[in-house]
Amino acid sequence: MPASTSFPNALSRRRLLQGTTGLAALSFAGQQANAAKDLVVGFIYVGPKDDYGYNQAHAEAAAMLKKMPGVKIVEEEKVPETDDVSKTMESMIKLDGATLLFPTSFGYFDPYMLKMAVKYKDIQFRHCGGLWTDKDPMNTGSYFGYIGMCQYLNGIAAAHATKTKKLGFIAAKPIPQVLINVNSFALGARSVDPTITTSVIFTGEWSMPVKEAEATNSLIGQGIDVVTCHVDGPKVIMETAERRGIYTCGYHADQSKLAPKGYLTGAEWNWITVYKQFLGDEQTGKPIPNFTRGGLAENFVKMSPYGPALSPAGRKNVDTVKAEIMKGGFSVFKGPLKDNKGNTVVAAGKAYPETAIELESCNYLVEGINGSIA
Amino acid sequence: MSSATSVTTAPAAAPAPPTDQWYPLRRSAEAILAPLIALCAAAAIFSIFLLFLGASPSDFIDLVWRGAFGSWFSIQNTVQRASPLLLTALCVAIPGQLGLVIIGGEAAVVLGGLAATVAALPLVNTSPVIVWAAMAVAGSAMGAFWIGISGWLRAKLNVNEVIASLVLAYIGLALFNHFVEGVLRDPASLNKPSTYGIGDQNMLDTVPWLDVHPGLPVGILACVLCWVLIYRTSAGFASRVTGGNIRAAQLQGLPVTKLIMLACAIGGGCAGLAGAIEVAAEYGRANASLNAGYGYTGILIAFLARFNPLAIMPMAILLGGLGAAGGLLQRRMDLPDATIQVLQGLIFVSILASDTLYGRFRWFQPRGAA
Repeated sequence: MPASTSFPNALSRRRLLQGTTGLAALSFAGQQANAAKDLVVGFIYVGPKDDYGYNQAHAEAAAMLKKMPGVKIVEEEKVPETDDVSKTMESMIKLDGATLLFPTSFGYFDPYMLKMAVKYKDIQFRHCGGLWTDKDPMNTGSYFGYIGMCQYLNGIAAAHATKTKKLGFIAAKPIPQVLINVNSFALGARSVDPTITTSVIFTGEWSMPVKEAEATNSLIGQGIDVVTCHVDGPKVIMETAERRGIYTCGYHADQSKLAPKGYLTGAEWNWITVYKQFLGDEQTGKPIPNFTRGGLAENFVKMSPYGPALSPAGRKNVDTVKAEIMKGGFSVFKGPLKDNKGNTVVAAGKAYPETAIELESCNYLVEGINGSIA
Repeated sequence: MSSATSVTTAPAAAPAPPTDQWYPLRRSAEAILAPLIALCAAAAIFSIFLLFLGASPSDFIDLVWRGAFGSWFSIQNTVQRASPLLLTALCVAIPGQLGLVIIGGEAAVVLGGLAATVAALPLVNTSPVIVWAAMAVAGSAMGAFWIGISGWLRAKLNVNEVIASLVLAYIGLALFNHFVEGVLRDPASLNKPSTYGIGDQNMLDTVPWLDVHPGLPVGILACVLCWVLIYRTSAGFASRVTGGNIRAAQLQGLPVTKLIMLACAIGGGCAGLAGAIEVAAEYGRANASLNAGYGYTGILIAFLARFNPLAIMPMAILLGGLGAAGGLLQRRMDLPDATIQVLQGLIFVSILASDTLYGRFRWFQPRGAA
């Protein structure tokens, strides 16, 4: 009797053991195969991959990389900027065998990515945002694009489309990166017609669709007829503007599908340039750069194809200025330049190109902008 | 008359009423089995959902197991995600004893974190122990104050606490952003507005042998203490009576107003402490990272645990595990993050629906006396 009762237990236990060792062996073999063949690259996004914005710009590049031979891409979306992202990185390293990680959101850098880089010295970490300094671990780094020039071109396109001479900008937070975009857009429009004003609304959050839709409606109520933005997902702004029959300039990714009638053009990231270079370096055994930044000329950013609403004159103007920018040395912030309170922010005779260190601490709105920082 | 005599004689004649000594055990078994059945039901419905998506349910279960509990790393991942949720769930569960539904714990977390940082800043050059003590006190006090407002409004002005706590959560977040991006901002934090840091020497270390911060032991301790408070003290008993029937409690002369404010303050204190720990163990400064939704996930866990502080622990582990496995599912099965939210939603609905199972089966009921 005891034998017969213990028999099923023993069997199930043995089976379980067999099962787990088999599983372990399998995953071990899988990891080895990966190490021998494929370069496993991890992408981490703060929002959904299909947000028509910041995250989609990265995910579109990741999708192109999947076609590269010898590369395996693993992706995780909606990872908050908390210790969760440390665990996601660690999970990609331990369970997927990733050796190159791209945590793409700004807040992933400090402390999460830096801590992981110290813990896993053989893994390469590259962060989107330009925060790296030579004090940080050498297996980490930053890449970022100068997208202000694209917003300048957006401004030029907007100036050709507007009838009310009033433009709108919906921004997340009044931080330097965003302020450079707001100012560039306004300056682009004023380079065509100095009477044009731009109204800016800060929503306070990177992603808050309800507030973004409210802001769009409120700006339209104030008489604007072109809107652009700097929030993580421009989807609702573009859709709301299209429904209300005004023009739009995109940001982060191509949103022309959301606003087929009113979409003029857009400022887009072109991350595939960076990622292809990094993956190529890693595959050929070259060190990946620790710090990379580039603009239109370096193909880090690009403009959306023109929409039907942009006039031939507008297209020509944007093309001319774009060609000028591609030559290098172009400055949007040129003195004498005043902020919207009348203080001089760029002295006469001075000019800040996109790489200027002065712009990194931009804390003003230029004249012609209605709105204030906090 | 005959019935009266029988009543008076019965106790003397009958043997001592048979006490059902196994009843407490069976009652516990019922409390464990009902949610387990609900979990299985949720898993079954979700499997059908997966089949519609063309994904394999067995792969799914295998990956959930591996991602959440299958290795030492996965267990740490799960426990780490669960630990802040223990305290934020208490912020719902304790007022819940009185029948209150407080949903604004998120504001208590962020404001608690902010208050803790502010308290720590003048003390950074003293000793870490002083800094931690100050942070714990300031964080809890701030949380207690913030949720206490909802309690006060309910008790004194009869304002619905669901609405009050939700609206106060928005106000709290706005205040938090105002201070972090305004007067308390470290000017060096250009693109991610933050307060000044509390200093590396004052950061809380992880728990030995576990790559988890001290929020876990603190959370467990808080759950146990709150259980004792609710089930083993007269104040706790009074709170449960109030939750059962507020008019009856008032007629009994129970201090209902005080109990409401106290419960809200204790709950808020727990959530505020969670914020303080996050700052001391993770960020070292207060910034938007604190606003990570722990307060809202805490609501889910408190309801799943039926407001029982001890049940909060396994439920937090369950949701932490789903969070930990969620990443692996995205990567291996190419499922969107929303899939895990669907599963969470199904679990939530089926566990709430399983409330109707209680008392349905005679086997779990008290025996003998009747």
